[in-house]
Amino acid sequence: MTNEAFAQFNIQIGDDLTRNVQPLLHEIRHGLKNLLETGATSVIDLRSIPLAPGEEAKLIERLGHGEVTVELDALGLSEIYETQYRGVWLVTHFNDDENIVGRFIEITLIPEILKAQQEDMQDSLQQLEEELASGDDAEEIKTGGEVN
Amino acid sequence: MKKHSTGARLSSSDDTLGAALRRQGVSRRSFLKFCAATASMMALPPTMVPAIAKALESAKRPSVIWLSFQECTGCTESLTRAHTATVESLIFDSISLDYHHTLQAAAGHGAEAAREEAMKENFGKYLLVVDGSIPVADPGYSTIAGISNLDMLMDTAKGAAAIIPVGTCAAYGGIPHADPNPTGAVSVADLIKDKPIINVPGCPPIPVVITGVLTHFLTFGTLPELDDLGRPRAFYGQSIHDRCYRRPFYDKGQFAETFDDEGAKKGWCLYKLGCKGPTSYNACATTKWNDGTSFPIEAGHPCLGCSEPEFWDGGGFYKALSIPTTEVARDALYAGAAAVAAGSALGMMNRARSKQAKSEHEKVSVDDLQKED
Repeated sequence: MTNEAFAQFNIQIGDDLTRNVQPLLHEIRHGLKNLLETGATSVIDLRSIPLAPGEEAKLIERLGHGEVTVELDALGLSEIYETQYRGVWLVTHFNDDENIVGRFIEITLIPEILKAQQEDMQDSLQQLEEELASGDDAEEIKTGGEVN
Repeated sequence: MKKHSTGARLSSSDDTLGAALRRQGVSRRSFLKFCAATASMMALPPTMVPAIAKALESAKRPSVIWLSFQECTGCTESLTRAHTATVESLIFDSISLDYHHTLQAAAGHGAEAAREEAMKENFGKYLLVVDGSIPVADPGYSTIAGISNLDMLMDTAKGAAAIIPVGTCAAYGGIPHADPNPTGAVSVADLIKDKPIINVPGCPPIPVVITGVLTHFLTFGTLPELDDLGRPRAFYGQSIHDRCYRRPFYDKGQFAETFDDEGAKKGWCLYKLGCKGPTSYNACATTKWNDGTSFPIEAGHPCLGCSEPEFWDGGGFYKALSIPTTEVARDALYAGAAAVAAGSALGMMNRARSKQAKSEHEKVSVDDLQKED
């Protein structure tokens, strides 16, 4: 819901009164400091925190949008971007029905889920080898190998 | 967008979820995303994701039998509205829901045959989910296929690995159990003493709490940590009050006195309007309802305490009566000096009223809706 909609229905925006955003930003500051000093990463599950109406939007607004945005197509979309604070990422997982199934703030060099996974790479290598072995390229590779 | 949601059906009960997903072309990366959402759903910290991934890899397909007794079907309605559709479909494609008389296509003898077959094939291994209370005053109050609820429960429980009473009726007797309890309604735990029982109360329970508990069992094959009322601590470990975004108002002593006063408009604490948040343990304040939209207090209504035993007989939903003084004292301890004054004053105010309402069942009347001075 947008702030205008909250105003229209006379819903109080929580943070003006409950102030949950500031402590979260401090937690992120701690996480970032920790990452710089020790290399330890941290994750905050936004679904586990009791936020007042509008507070999540406010937090996201405060974090801003940085240089990197990635879209993942894995069991529904995932939207991942670096916030204006380098090393602080917002990771939002959607399901096939475009509902949010998880939202996390990750404080890390690069979110784990972006890295290619060992099992997937092994499958891909096998797939590529099979394609090359069975396709029209097979002869070329063979010949190419003999010439050089 | 690719649709994987129908994909992960397991071919045999010996197959693992990990193997089935790989066969369906679900990548490791997708699987990790699924595990992250699952951890969030099970109210586990994100650091648990590798452990969940490892456990789910080798998780096997359990058979589930779901029995509905004296209930309103609200719990099943809630379950089918679980909003993490992709995650759910993967989980529910990987369990075998062998009997659920509301959801299954079979009826009559066919349905009962399915239950008996599932019991025989998976004896000692199946999960038994129950919604609704069991009438023991006269079995005629509720029967299925001519079998009394009591007989069906006792018979089906014999081969269950664990029993999950879903909803306050199955967990504690719920509304049918409310005074004067004409059907002699009792909970599952009142009748069965020799099986592990995980209570998932709520009227209805939060959809993802139901699936979260089933997922926990599927993932780890063990019971989650339970509180003294048999509820999983991951979801019922903290009171609504402790996790309420309106808590700062309680701490400052700012309360709505009526549903249309300045305090109500400003979103102040609903304690004086009968909120049962301080004595109710559930995940509403963080998990929320309707795709994470809001929860009753966020909509301006006090918590009814529907996940607690005897919630219907608590002395009126709109009276700030039902909070034992020990709870207020404990809350005051959390809240610090400012709240000690407010907390103990409220405790004094409530003491007399709670005594009066303790045993009697009161109908909700217009008077209940108005704040008493």
